[in-house]
Amino acid sequence: MASRAANRGALHEGFLRHNGFRWLKIASVLCITALAAYLLVDAEPRPNGGTAVGYALGTIGALLILWLTMLGLRKRVISRGRYSLKAWTSAHVYLGLSLITIVTLHTGFQLGWNVHTLAYALMMIVVLSGIWGVIAYGTLPRTLSANRGEATQGQMLEGLRLLDRQLHDAAQPLLPRQSEMVRESLENCSVGGGLYARLTGRHRRCGNARALTAVKAELRAGRPDPGQRLSLIVSLLERKEAALGQARRHIRTRALLEVWLYIHVPATFALIAALTAHIVSVFYYW
Amino acid sequence: MSESFRVAIIGSGPAGLSAAAHAAKLGLRHVLIEKTDHLSDTIFRYQRGKHVMATPSQLVLRSDVAFDAGKREAVLGRWDEDARSAGVNLLLNTEVKAIAGAAGAFTLTLSGGKTIQAETVVLAIGTQGNPNTMRCEGGNSPWVQYSLDDPAEYVDEHIIVIGAGDAGIENAIGLAADPEQRNTVTILNRSADFARAKDANVKGLNAARDAGRLSILLESSPTKIEPGFMTVETRDGEARLPCNRVIARMGSSPPRKFIESCGVQFSSDDREAFPTLSPTFESTTPGLYVIGALAGYPLIKHCMNQGYDVIEFIAGNIALKPADEPILEKKLTGLPGRRSVAEWLDFLRERVEILNDLSPLQMREFLLDSDVRAYARGEVVFQRNDAGSSLFGIAAGSVLVEVSATDPSITVPIAQGSIFGEVGLISGRRRGATIRAAEDCILVEVSRLAALKLMASVPAAKRAINRITTERLLLQMFGSGLRKEDLGPLVASAEVMTVRKGDCIIKEGEEGSDIFAIRSGSMVIEKLIGGKPVFLSYLPAGSYVGEMALIDNSRRTATVRAAIKSDVIKLDGNAFRWLLSVQPELLAKAKRDMAARRDLNGFIESKKDSFGGVIDLYSSVATFLVEQGVGEATDVLLIDETLCVGCDNCEKACADSHDGLSRLDREAGRTYAHLHVPTSCRHCEHPHCMADCPPNAIHRGPDGEVFIDDSCIGCGNCERNCPYGVIRMDKVPPKKPSLLSWLTLGLGPGPGEPSKAWSYKHAKSAEAPKKAIKCDMCAGQSGGPACVRACPTGAAIRVSPEDFLSIALLDRSGG
Ligand SMILES: Cc1cc2nc3c(=O)[nH]c(=O)nc-3n(C[C@H](O)[C@H](O)[C@H](O)COP(=O)(O)OP(=O)(O)OC[C@H]3O[C@@H](n4cnc5c(N)ncnc54)[C@H](O)[C@@H]3O)c2cc1C
Ligand code: HEM
Repeated sequence: MASRAANRGALHEGFLRHNGFRWLKIASVLCITALAAYLLVDAEPRPNGGTAVGYALGTIGALLILWLTMLGLRKRVISRGRYSLKAWTSAHVYLGLSLITIVTLHTGFQLGWNVHTLAYALMMIVVLSGIWGVIAYGTLPRTLSANRGEATQGQMLEGLRLLDRQLHDAAQPLLPRQSEMVRESLENCSVGGGLYARLTGRHRRCGNARALTAVKAELRAGRPDPGQRLSLIVSLLERKEAALGQARRHIRTRALLEVWLYIHVPATFALIAALTAHIVSVFYYW
Repeated sequence: MSESFRVAIIGSGPAGLSAAAHAAKLGLRHVLIEKTDHLSDTIFRYQRGKHVMATPSQLVLRSDVAFDAGKREAVLGRWDEDARSAGVNLLLNTEVKAIAGAAGAFTLTLSGGKTIQAETVVLAIGTQGNPNTMRCEGGNSPWVQYSLDDPAEYVDEHIIVIGAGDAGIENAIGLAADPEQRNTVTILNRSADFARAKDANVKGLNAARDAGRLSILLESSPTKIEPGFMTVETRDGEARLPCNRVIARMGSSPPRKFIESCGVQFSSDDREAFPTLSPTFESTTPGLYVIGALAGYPLIKHCMNQGYDVIEFIAGNIALKPADEPILEKKLTGLPGRRSVAEWLDFLRERVEILNDLSPLQMREFLLDSDVRAYARGEVVFQRNDAGSSLFGIAAGSVLVEVSATDPSITVPIAQGSIFGEVGLISGRRRGATIRAAEDCILVEVSRLAALKLMASVPAAKRAINRITTERLLLQMFGSGLRKEDLGPLVASAEVMTVRKGDCIIKEGEEGSDIFAIRSGSMVIEKLIGGKPVFLSYLPAGSYVGEMALIDNSRRTATVRAAIKSDVIKLDGNAFRWLLSVQPELLAKAKRDMAARRDLNGFIESKKDSFGGVIDLYSSVATFLVEQGVGEATDVLLIDETLCVGCDNCEKACADSHDGLSRLDREAGRTYAHLHVPTSCRHCEHPHCMADCPPNAIHRGPDGEVFIDDSCIGCGNCERNCPYGVIRMDKVPPKKPSLLSWLTLGLGPGPGEPSKAWSYKHAKSAEAPKKAIKCDMCAGQSGGPACVRACPTGAAIRVSPEDFLSIALLDRSGG
C-alpha cells in the first residue's frame, strides 16, 4: 500500500512540482553549464554571440524558443500516445526561465538599439509575462474555486436571469416612475462588460446598484407601498447584487487567469519575427 | 352470448401487432385488444421524432407488418396502415382485466365488464405495466392524469404534481418553466426529501421553487379530489388547495401480478424473472402464450418475429425454426465436433451444471447473449487483473487457476461442468487470477447480462453460483495453502446478507467475533477519535473485516459501515477461530494484515494530537468522496481545484478524441475542500446504466471501462438509470475543419465540442439518430484518458477508490 500511496502522490503533483521538480533540475544544470562555459572559455576579444560559446548558446536559445512555442500546438492537438501536457508545461516553465541565463550570456552583455536587442527585449517580455502567468496559476485557482462553490458559470447567469424575471413581474403594479428605476437594473447592468470591468470586477454606474439606491430612497421617503411591493423589490435587488458580485468575481478571476496570455502569445509571435531578423542579419553581415 | 375467437391477442405492441397481422393473413378468427386508443403504446410514448432502430441487424424480420429503422412517426404510421390493410380485427380502448378458463375455452373479462371467449390467448402486454393510481376519494376524476406529453399545452391552471421521482420533478419543472403559461404548480411529496430523484433534478426543482415558480409540499399526501380543489394531509394538518389538474407520477407496478392472476407462472420470485415458457412460447397454462418484452425479448424485431412464430405454432406448424437460427449457427461454426444448433444446445445444457435446468427456449436465448469457444491446451483464458465481468462454464476439458501472483506453477484445477470467473461477475472487480486451459477445452463465456438473467430465472443456477462464489472468495481472501476441504465448517456457517448504504455491520466498542467478507459493494472503517468519527480506511469487495477482535479477544475497535449497498458473507467467529488453529499459515497472514491495520490506526491517532485539523480534513474529504459514489466507482475523475485554471482543456480534449462530443462536464458536480468531482463516469462496479439496456449495448471493456457499443438504440434508459447524470443523448456533430485551418485561417469552431448552432448549420444528412454518450476512459487510445493527458497544470487526475481513499489524501491535505 505504501508504494501505491507514493505513486498517487506523484500523480497528484501540480505542474511546478512535476516528477519531483525534474525540469527545474534539468534547467538548473543547463544554466550552470552555460555559466561555466561562459566563464571558463576564454573568448577573444570578449564574449559575445560571435564566439564558439556564443554560437552554442544562441543555437540552444533559438531552439528552445521554437520548442517553447510548440506548447500552443501541443495543447490543442489531442493526439494519441503517451504524453502529458502537465509535463510539457512544467518543462516549458523551467526551460523558459533558463533562457534568461542562456540568452543573456549569449549577448555577452552587449546591448544596443538594434534588431538584436529588440529580439532580446521581446524575449524578456515573454518570459516576464510567463512568470506573471505562473503566479496567476499558482494563486488564483483557489479564489475561483472558493467563489463559485458548486455553482457553474451557466448557473450563475441563469440565476441572474431568473431574478430579472422576478423583478420584471414584481415591478408591474408600480408607478411609472418607480418601474423606471427597476428598469435601470434590468437594462443597464452587465456581468462582463469591457476589459476594465472584467479585470477589476468594478462596474461604475451599475444599473442594479443605482436601482437599489433609488428604490431604497423611495422607501425611506415614506412613499406609499401597497402590498409591500417596494420592499419585495428591494430584497430582490439585494439578492441580485449578491448574485452579481459572485458572477463578477468569477468573470474577473477567469479574466486574470487569462489576461497575461494576451501579452505572452502576441509577444511570442513578435519575438519569432525579431529572432528571424536577428539570425538573418547576423549571417548576412558575416 | 359473448363473441368467440380462435385466438385473442392482448396488447398491440410490435409483438401483438405482428401476431394479429399474421393471424389475419392465415384467416384465423382473431381479435387484437389494446387498452389505449392507439396501436403500440410503448413506441407511441417515445419522444417525438425519435429515431427507432432496427437492431440486431443480422436478424431477419419475419412479419406481415413492415418495420425499418426510421422516425417514430413513420414507424407508427406504417403500422397503422399495415394493420388496416392486413384486416386486423382491432379492439381499441379496451383493457383486459382478467383471463379465466383453459385451452379451448378462455374467458377474457374486458374493461367495462364485457367478456369474450377465445380458444387460445397470446399475451403481449410488454413490461411497461400500469402506472400506480390515486387511491384517495375522487382519484378517478377525469382531470387526474398519469402522463404528460407536452407541458406547453396547459395554461392558467392550478396543477398539482404528485410523486417525488424524476418523472414527477421533470413534469413539475416543465409546467412551471414558462411564466407566460401562468400555471400555479405544486409538487407533493409524501416523504421529507427527494431521495429517489437525481441530484440535478432536485437542484433544478429547488431553484424553481426559490425563483417562486412553483411550490413544494413535503410530507403531505392527497386525501380528497373534488372539482377545483384537492384536500391534502400535511404535517401541520389538513389543507384545501385550488386544483384543476392532477398529474400523478407515482411510478408503475410491473404487470407481473396481473399475469400471475391469469395463471402464468414465473421462473422465480426474483424481480428480474420471466414467465416459464415452452419452446413454442406456451406458458404453464396450456393455450396461453407469452411473447415480446414480457417473454424477455426487449427489441422490436425480436418481438415482431415472435408474433409471427407464435401464430404459426398455434396454427400447428410446430416444426418452424426460430428466426435466430442463423445467428446461433454463426456463433457455433468453427467449433470442433460437427453438431447442429439443437445438438450444441443440448450438449452445453447437459454438461455445464448451472445450465442443467434451462428449457430449450431459455437455452436459445441464453446462447444469443453468450459465446462458445474452444481453447487449446495451455492457452490463457484471462489474466490476473484483467477487467471482466463474464462467467465461464466448462463444457469440455478442464482449466488451471494460477493462484499465486508470482509463481505460475502453483495451480488449482477446475473440472468440466463447473464455472469460473464468478468473482468478477459478483463483485465487478478485476480478475483475481490467471486461468489457462489444462487440456483442449470448450468453454461457454456467459456475459454479465446473461448470467444475471440466468440467476434470476433458474433458482438452481443461482444457488450453485452463490455456493461457488462464497467458497472461492474465501479461498482467495485467506490466501495460499488453503484447500476447499479445509473450509467446510466455515462455509457451512456462512450467511449472505445485504447491507444497505450507511448501515453498520460492526460497531466500535461492541462485543462480537463474527468475521465479514465483502462479496460486492464496499465498506468504510471509522473510529471515534476525540468524540468524532474519523475515516480510517476503505474496504473494497474481496476483503474481510472483524478478525481483530477475534484474534485479540477484545471488543470491536472500529465501526464498519457500507459505503454503498453491499452483499457481505457473515462467517461464524468460532468456526474461523478453529480454522486459524489448524492453519498456522493463515494465522500468520491474519496477524500480518492486522498489524498493517493497527499501524494505520496508530498513525492516525498519533497525528491526531499534532495535526488535529489535518485529520479532520482528511476524514471529511474521504466521507465526502464516499457520498459522491466514489465507493462504488472503479475509476473516477477528480479535479484538484487548487490547480484548476478553468481552461476546460479537459473537455475539449474529450470532445476532440470522441467524435466531437465531450463526455465530461468539468464545472458541474460537487466540490469539497477544493476537491471537485465533475460530472463524469465513475465506471461503477455494478453499473446502474447496464440495468436495463434493450440491445445489451453496455459492456465493461478490458481496462475496466464501461462503454456503450454501436448497437445503442437511443432509448435513454441508461441516461435515466445513471444516478450521477453522466450519460447524455446526442448525435455526432459534422466533421470540423482541421486544426491547422482553424489556427491559420480561422475556419471552423476550433478545438472542443462545436456549438449546437454550428453543428446545426453544417449538418449534412437530415437524420442522425441520437445515441447515448458516455466516458469510455479513452479505451483503445494509447496514453490513457485524454482529459488527464490534456490538463496543463495537473489538476485532473483519475483514481480508483482503494488508491485514493487512503493515506494519499492525508499527504494532500498535509500540503
Ligand atoms: C424510450 C424507448 C426507446 C426504445 N427504442 C427502441 C428502438 O429504437 N429499437 C428497438 O428495437 N426497441 C426499442 N425499445 C424497446 C421496445 O420499444 C420494446 O421492447 C417493445 O416495444 C416491446 O414490445 P411488446 O410488443 O412486447 O410490448 P409493448 O410495445 O410494450 O406493447 C404492449 C402493449 O400492450 C398494451 N397493454 C398493456 N396491458 C394491457 C391490457 N391489460 N389490456 C390491453 N392492452 C394492454 C399497452 O398499451 C401496449 O400498447 C425502446 C424502449 C423504450 C422505452
Ligand atoms: C521565450 C520564451 C517563451 C515562449 C516563446 C513561450 C511561448 C508560449 C506559448 C506559445 C504558449 C501557449 C499559449 C496558449 O496557446 O495558450 C505559452 C503558454 C504558457 N507559458 Fe510560455 N513561453 C515562453 C516562456 C515562458 C516562461 C519563462 C514561463 C514561466 C515562467 C512561461 C509560462 C507559460 C505558461 C504558464 C503557459 C500556459 C500554459 C497553459 O495554460 O497551457 N512561458 N507560452
